[in-house]
Formats: sequence, C-alpha cells, structure tokens
Amino acid sequence: MKPTTKNSSAPSVRSVGELQALAHSLRKTIVKMIHKAGSGHVGGSLSVCDILTVLYFRELNIDPSRPDDPDRDRLLLSKGHAAPALYAVLARRGYFPEEELMTLRRTGSRLQGHPDKLKVPGVEMSAGSLGMGISVGIGIALGARLQGKTFRVWVVTGCGELDEGQNWEAFMAARKYGLDNLTVIVDHNRMQNDGPNDDIMPLGDVPRKLEAFGWNAITCDGHDYGALLAAIQSAKAFRGGPSAIVARTVKGKGVPFMEDDWSWHGKLIDDETCARALEALEATDPCKR
Amino acid sequence: MQTVNNHEPPNTHAALPQTPGWDAKPLREIFGDALIALGHANPRVLVLDADLSEATKSVMFKKEFPDRFFNVGIAEANLVCIAAGLSTTGYVPFACTFAFLLALRAADQIRSQVCYPEANVKLVGTNGGLTGFGDGATHQCTKDLAILRAMPNMTVVAPSDAVTVWKAVFAAAEHVGPLFLRIPRVPGVTVHEPQIEFRIGHGYRLRTGQDLTIVANGLMVSRALDAAARLAVKGVQAEVLELHTLKPFDEALVVESARKTGAVVTVEEHSRYGGLFSGVAETLSAHHPVPIECVAIEDRFGESGVYEEILDRCGLTADRVVEKAQRVLQRKRGGLA
Repeated sequence: MKPTTKNSSAPSVRSVGELQALAHSLRKTIVKMIHKAGSGHVGGSLSVCDILTVLYFRELNIDPSRPDDPDRDRLLLSKGHAAPALYAVLARRGYFPEEELMTLRRTGSRLQGHPDKLKVPGVEMSAGSLGMGISVGIGIALGARLQGKTFRVWVVTGCGELDEGQNWEAFMAARKYGLDNLTVIVDHNRMQNDGPNDDIMPLGDVPRKLEAFGWNAITCDGHDYGALLAAIQSAKAFRGGPSAIVARTVKGKGVPFMEDDWSWHGKLIDDETCARALEALEATDPCKR
Repeated sequence: MQTVNNHEPPNTHAALPQTPGWDAKPLREIFGDALIALGHANPRVLVLDADLSEATKSVMFKKEFPDRFFNVGIAEANLVCIAAGLSTTGYVPFACTFAFLLALRAADQIRSQVCYPEANVKLVGTNGGLTGFGDGATHQCTKDLAILRAMPNMTVVAPSDAVTVWKAVFAAAEHVGPLFLRIPRVPGVTVHEPQIEFRIGHGYRLRTGQDLTIVANGLMVSRALDAAARLAVKGVQAEVLELHTLKPFDEALVVESARKTGAVVTVEEHSRYGGLFSGVAETLSAHHPVPIECVAIEDRFGESGVYEEILDRCGLTADRVVEKAQRVLQRKRGGLA
C-alpha cells in the first residue's frame, strides 16, 4: 500500500500542453487496461480522462505520500465505472505502482472493476452503484465546514447517472446548506449504457435545471484545458452556494471509431480493437506532432 | 457533566436518568433523551433525520444542539450517503428515520456507502417491528433485521427496554463501524436493572432453567419472561436468553444453553425469515442440533390497530410462546415427528 513516489505533491502547475500529452498517454493506458482485463467501461473512461487529468495534475491540493491527510482536497468519482481512468491517473500521480494497472479486474487485485476505497490509496469513495457521489460529497463538505477546514470537495458524475433521483435530492440539499466548498463536474457525454440520453431518458437542459435548483452552473468544453481551468476557477470563486461544471464531452474521446458511439460504453476490447485503438492514439500523439 | 461510576463498564458512562418513572416513557423518547446525553458526552456526535424528527424523537437532539442536527427532507438515500460522507471527516453521525425507510428504501446506499467502505455511521430505525401500529403495514418494519444482517460489516442491535435502549445508544457511538439500532415507538416493560452491563455481541441469560431455552429480542423479551413464569407454574423450567445483538451473533450463549436444555423456542417481533429464528437455527444446526420452534410474524403484512391487539393478531403473545414451548418439549421427548 506504500505510494511509490515521495513528495510528489509537486507535479501540479503543468502547462496545458503537458496536461494534453499526459492525458493522451493515459488514454493509451486505459485502452490497454480494459483490453487486458477482458471487460470494463472504455467510453466513459475516455470521456472523463481530461477532467481527471486537469484536477489531479493541476488543481487538487493532494500529496500521494499522505493519502489520509485530513486537509487534502477530496475528489469523488461517482461514476465508478470509469475506474480505469481513475486508476491510471492515481498511479501516474504516484499513489501506487503503474505496473499494477494491468491487474485491473483480476482475481486478487486491489483494482476492482469499480473502485474500493479501502483497497486503493487515493480513492476517496467506493463507487459503482450510481447516483450516490454528490450526497457523500455533501457530507464531506459539511464535515469540513463544521471543523473550519478549507479543503474543497469535487464530485465527478456521469450524465446518464443523473437519471437516478438521489442526485436531485442532493442538488436540493447542497443548496440548502450553501456549500460553496463543493463542486460537481458532470461528464456530459450525452450517452449511457443503452443509448443516447435523449432516447433513454432525456435530461433536458442540465445547466438550466441546476440553476433552477439554486446552483451556480457553468458549462464548458470538457476536453479543452483552458476552458476547464477557467470553469474550475469560476467555481472556486463562487460564494454562498454550490457550483456545477457541466462539461461537454465526447464518449470514447481520442479513439475515433469509439467517439460518440454509445455501444462502446462497456464493450469488451479484443486484440484487434486494441491494436486499432492504440494505432489511432499513436497517430494523434501530441508529442509526435 | 457525565458521572463515572467505577463499577460500571465504560460504555455505560452516561448515568441513567434518576427521575422516578423515567423508564415508563415511550422508548423513542428514551432514545431522544439518550441522544442528548450522548451529545453532551461526545462532541463528535451529529444527528441527521429525513423529515421524521418529531416521530423518531431526534428533534430532542436538535433542540439541544441545533448546529449538530441536519434535516435533509424526505430523502432517505441522501440521508444515508450524507451521513457516510460526514463520517469520513471524523464525526459520528446518527442517521434516524423509520426502520423500513432505512432497511428497504435506502438499502443500496447502506450497502454501498456504509457497509462496503466500513463507514462509521449509526443507522437508527424507529417504528421497529409493528410499533408503527396506527399507521399500518406500510409504516411497520418486520424485515429490517433480516436485510441488515445480510450486509457484511454491519452490526445489528435491537434493545428490549428503557435501560438497554439508553445503553445501546452509548455503545453504538463507541462501536467503530456500521451499526443499525432498532428502536420501538412504544414504552417497554423494564426488564433490566440499571447497573446491567451492555456489550454489543453479548447476550443475557435472564432466567435459568433446564427444560428448554427461550431466546428473545426487542419487546418480546418481556413476553418471553411472562411465558417462562407461566411455564414454571406448570412445572416447566425455561431458561430465557436475550440476544439484543443479532449480529455479531452470540453463538456461545445459545449453544451452551441448548446443550443444557435440548430444546429452543425463539420469540421476535420480526418476520420468521432472516431474523432471530434464522440466527438461532443457523447456529444450532451447525453446532448442536435440537428441536426449535419459533414465535415470529408469519409471511404476512402488519395492519393498523391498537399495538397489543396487532401483536395478538400476529400471534406474538405469551400464550403462543407457552404453546410452542409445550410443542418443542414434546419433540424433545420424541413425541412428535
């Protein structure tokens, strides 16, 4: 359980170019992990990859050598099926050895199909059953305020996940308690397990709904680092209530034949698909252009 | 100020109320009084409710500690998960609502965000059993113990009277990890002396006997004692055990008694599926098989009415315990197949 890197709180403050290159490399890792595992959720892992990268490598006040620091920022991945993306980011950030990533979903591995916070350092919430992250985040944010602590709570949700009614219970409660130390980021890739949101359960205008619930709603391109950073700053600056960043993303982002195709939500990646995906990622590698 | 009596174990450090007749109040009010005392003793304790604070009596804590009380509205999923989040910051949250809403409505949240990550959350289910008598079947909860007992890492406690409700509240706060506490709405017959030690996972032998063992929990403990008294008149000596903790299950106490008596009757205000009867049968079938009869709620819903009358209609009476005791004695002697 020992983190590999000591004093690795430093890698923050990376340039946009560095963040892009990092995310590109993480996308390859994610594809390889899911291929090796024989199952897993690639579409939503690729859509959330840039969001997690910018938070873990630029924004969060964390120290992988002290994963239990009571003053650390908390990031809760409510869409637990994007575990491959979270694991890849945590390992790169120094929470555990990167070699371990290829044990995803293997018997005896601590890298469960959905994250188990008791097993993996850096995982703040066990997740899998959807719709619970914002509520847990509210509890943490309330706890922070009661103790006068200034750390921030970030909750990353999917969009299909917003079908779960509990989110809307949580949207009301966060407003009631005026939690400006809480920010929700919606990975709005417009797809869910069985199809596009609009076919399965139309979400309507999510930012307007959130505003109607009393939230400070911000929209941005979830793959544009400049836009993400600006949205994050705007959320942090807002006082008196919770903020939500509705990040427009592309399911399967980075692998052209997976992009915007809901069937890649949780489909197995076979050898041939893996080779094609890595080839496509290789071709767009920002380090090689 | 808490008074510490050196003769008492640590988890009883908040002295019981001294007011004469304090224990005659409905057990939910005893719970409310105990929460206030706990709140004074332990500043990490917070209380949450889901718009039933007047009914659960968590409102008593709110009046004493308004800044440590959170009413999240009619939203039990949110209630449980907010409590889980709070617990990760070092607080000891007590999430209160009717037992059915916790065990049924919020079951997945309890599984995923309390049990799986071993969150230090205390779930308090009031209206346990049929004690939501007037409201009828929808507000009664006869399945809570079965559901929560099946969840890994969960501790399940169902105290029997004012003394054990009071002490269980303090024991719950001291216990590290997920815990469900079932609180009846109505007053209970006080069966325990004030100085009794309350330890989670350790039952009581309330009466000794050699002919059969009656195992009971919750409000059925006093009925089990009534039944034992009636049996004594008939010349049958029943041993009476109380298992206030259904999980972890006090196997040693049950097995030791069954070895001595060779026959067991279980008595619970709960479905016959998955509760005390199941726990006793699971234990004895593995360690010391003997005839077992149960007094429990058959596969049916509750109903509205006067509490005692509903208990009668569900067969949860001392008479029924006596009948079952006689039946199990016949089986023990080989008189029944």
